[in-house]
Formats: sequence, structure tokens, C-alpha cells
Amino acid sequence: MCLAVPGKITALEKGNAEVDFSGVKRSVSLDLVPSAKKGDYVLVHAGFAIQLLDSEDARETLKLFKEIYDRSR
Amino acid sequence: MTAPGNPAEKYRFNSPMWRDKGLAARALEEMRALTAQVSGRTGKTVNIMEVCGTHTMAIASSGMRRLFPPGLKMLSGPGCPVCVTSQGDIDSVLALAALPDVTLATFGDMLKVKGSNGLDLNSMREKGADILVVYSPLDALAFARSNPLREVVFAGVGFETTAPLIAASVLRARKEKLKNFSVIAFFKLVPPALKLLLSDPKNNISGFLLPGHVSAIIGVEPYRFVARVHKVPCVITGFEPLDILAGINMLLRQLARGRAEVEDEYYRAVKKAGNPTALKLIAKVFNPVEASWRAIGRVKRSGLGFSPEFAGFDAARRFKIAYREAPEPRGCLCGAILMGRSQPPDCRLFAKACTPSSAVGPCMVSSEGACAAWFKYGG
Ligand code: SF4
Ligand code: SF4
Repeated sequence: MCLAVPGKITALEKGNAEVDFSGVKRSVSLDLVPSAKKGDYVLVHAGFAIQLLDSEDARETLKLFKEIYDRSR
Repeated sequence: MTAPGNPAEKYRFNSPMWRDKGLAARALEEMRALTAQVSGRTGKTVNIMEVCGTHTMAIASSGMRRLFPPGLKMLSGPGCPVCVTSQGDIDSVLALAALPDVTLATFGDMLKVKGSNGLDLNSMREKGADILVVYSPLDALAFARSNPLREVVFAGVGFETTAPLIAASVLRARKEKLKNFSVIAFFKLVPPALKLLLSDPKNNISGFLLPGHVSAIIGVEPYRFVARVHKVPCVITGFEPLDILAGINMLLRQLARGRAEVEDEYYRAVKKAGNPTALKLIAKVFNPVEASWRAIGRVKRSGLGFSPEFAGFDAARRFKIAYREAPEPRGCLCGAILMGRSQPPDCRLFAKACTPSSAVGPCMVSSEGACAAWFKYGG
């Protein structure tokens, strides 16, 4: 039930955002992340953005996975 | 998944790297070595509880469980709100759905959970009850707005991930002066559930894989007592296969070093303080209350009910729904499974009297339930 998926804000309209989920667009409420801007990635649960996703942190996580587990390549 | 636009962005959130098979194989190798090290020292299996049903499903559907070393056992915890909603609370939802003026709005997960009378929302709908399946509570609000003669009641089941968006919807309803919208609040809180699990002296939990999306709201602090007081390691974990493998390995590393801390593997989404806006909304609309957990019973301050200021939105009050304790279905082991004491095949009804198409207990009904995951993908 707490399924949440990442999407990218492509437009802002008064409290709501248009969010692109890999090509599918939906209107999402920004009540819980009022500081979100166009271009930001957000985690969306049941029609609400619940958190901003940090691109740098995501990049770092992937880099870490690679560093830890990719020794042979 | 492919992301539109700039390729650097694709690399960040939708990269196939989160599911890279080669990296996963390496992570599994590390897992084997660490498990051998830990269980070699203690002479026991390492029991890791995945608190969240979304983790249960991710582990089952990716086929990972079969690749885990034999010394490592995953236990499913009380991490699916449908599974932990008590029989009495389900009966209250069904009682509301039976009222002639009420449209009961709900997430789809709740449709097939049976009440004490053997009925579920699905079968009530076939008999004429007005049940609206929504993707978002905002859909329920929109319906209430355009149907002013119907009483729209939202079935508020969920954890800290879901509670703030219901709070936001209630605030919107108040702002719009919508008179025909209310919520039956059965929200549950994860940290008190962990406390309850750990207070059982027979618990055999070596570490917790903590729910990523609950933590996106509540942050890291509320889990500290698990490490400090109970000396059980915790890792907040994301939902991609590599997240899960890395999260388990982080737990094993703590166990190997004899440490207990709260670590955050999912820091791209989970900040230390969580989401303060969401927490403020929860605190404004709701109060901690005693809640009733399936097969576990009533636990103090483990749920959320309406604060006095918002009592007008409380459907239980508005429609005078009295809570009644009700027994669990006979033979169902859901309670023991939620507490990590049993696994689905331990239940005599599993895959016999109880299957997803004819489920006895909610662990089989919910798509995130431990029994459903085990039935569909095997152990
Ligand atoms: S409700 Fe949330 S915490 Fe529970 S199983 Fe589903 S996703 Fe996980
Ligand atoms: S198999 Fe069915 S009856 Fe047994 S514990 Fe699971 S849900 Fe309950």
C-alpha cells in the first residue's frame, strides 16, 4: 500500500504538479513537498508527492554499488 | 523504465543499473560470506525481518529469496496495513459500506478482506453497496464535490506513508467547506509495532530491513531505540533489487562487527528528519491513539485518530460506528506470521483451504501479504 514511484515534475499549476512517470503524465498534489520545482524528481504515493528525490544521492548510491560490487570489471 | 530528457537524469533514477545482474551476483557472494561469518560465530540462523510488504513482494517476485544462503532467513513483519487491520476494524468498514447514503471510497487493496460475516467489499458491491475504488484520496474528494447528496467515507487504512496525504485531503475538504466527506481512521504507526515485536522475549529477530517509504516521512530518529535499547541493527532500505541486497549486507556487516545502529541505505529519498511538512500535517489532524492490530491486540499509542479540532471528519463518530472486537478466522496463523514467529507454510490452511482466489486471512488477500507472496513465488 505504501508503494511510491519516482517521477519528474514537468509543469507546476497551483499546488499541483504535472509529473512524468516514464512517459505517463499525471497530476500530483504538492501539499507535502511545497518547495518542489519544475525539473525536480519526486516520490509519488497515491496522488501526492511525499518526498523530493536527491539526484546527487542517487548517483552516489549507484557509484557505491559499483565500487563495492564491480571489482572484477 | 526509460526517462525522458537528459541522459544524465536517466542514469539517476531509472537506470537499469539498480537491477544490474552482475552487481547483484557480487552482492549475493558477499551475502554468503557474511552470513557464514555471522552464523558460524553464533551457531544460529540469521533472521532478518522485512517490516514492509513492498519489500516482501520485491524479494519474492525477483526470485532473490532462492539465492539467499541457507543460514539467512527472511521473516515478514507487520508491514502491510491491510494485513494488520483487525477483524473488528474491517467489520466497521463493512458496516459503513452497508449504510444506504454512504459511498465508501477505498484503495483497491481492501476489496477482498473478509469481515466476520464472511462478506467483503467486493461481494457487498455485487449486492448493491456503493463502493468507489480510488487511486488517491483526492479522487474521493472530487467525487464528494460533485455528488453533494452522497456521504463519502474514505477507508483510512495505512501507515505513516499514507496518513499525511489523508491529513492533507481533510484539510482541503475543510478549506472547501465540503460537508459530505469523512474518514474512518485506522492508521497504524511502525515504531510502536517494532517495539511490540521486540518486547516479546521469544522474538528471534537479528535485524530489521526498515520500510523505505514510511521512513521517507518519519526519518531516521524514531528507530534509534531499536538499536540503542534492544541492540538490534536496522537498515532503512529502498525497493530496487540492489537496494535490498545492499540493505541486507549492511545488516550482516553490523552483525559481523557486533554493532547495532540505524543506517540509511535509501538516503536518496529518506532524509534524517523525514518530511517535516508531512509530519506537521499528521500532528495537526491526528493524535496518537490506542490501535487494534490483527491477532496482536490493542497497543497504546500505536495508531492515529482524529484530533479534537478535526473530529467532525471522523466517520466512526459521524455514523456512530461502535468498535467491536472480533475473532480472527479459525486456523489462520496471520498473527504469528506478522510477529515473525511462523512462516506461511507453517499454517495448516496454506495453499489448501487458503489461496489467493479463496483467501481465509488477510496475509493471503493483500497483494503485499506474506502468504500471497509465498503462494505466488514460493519460499
Ligand atoms: S503498506 Fe507500506 S509499509 Fe506496508 S507493506 Fe505496503 S508498502 Fe510496506
Ligand atoms: S495461509 Fe491463509 S489462513 Fe494461513 S496464515 Fe496465511 S492468510 Fe492466514
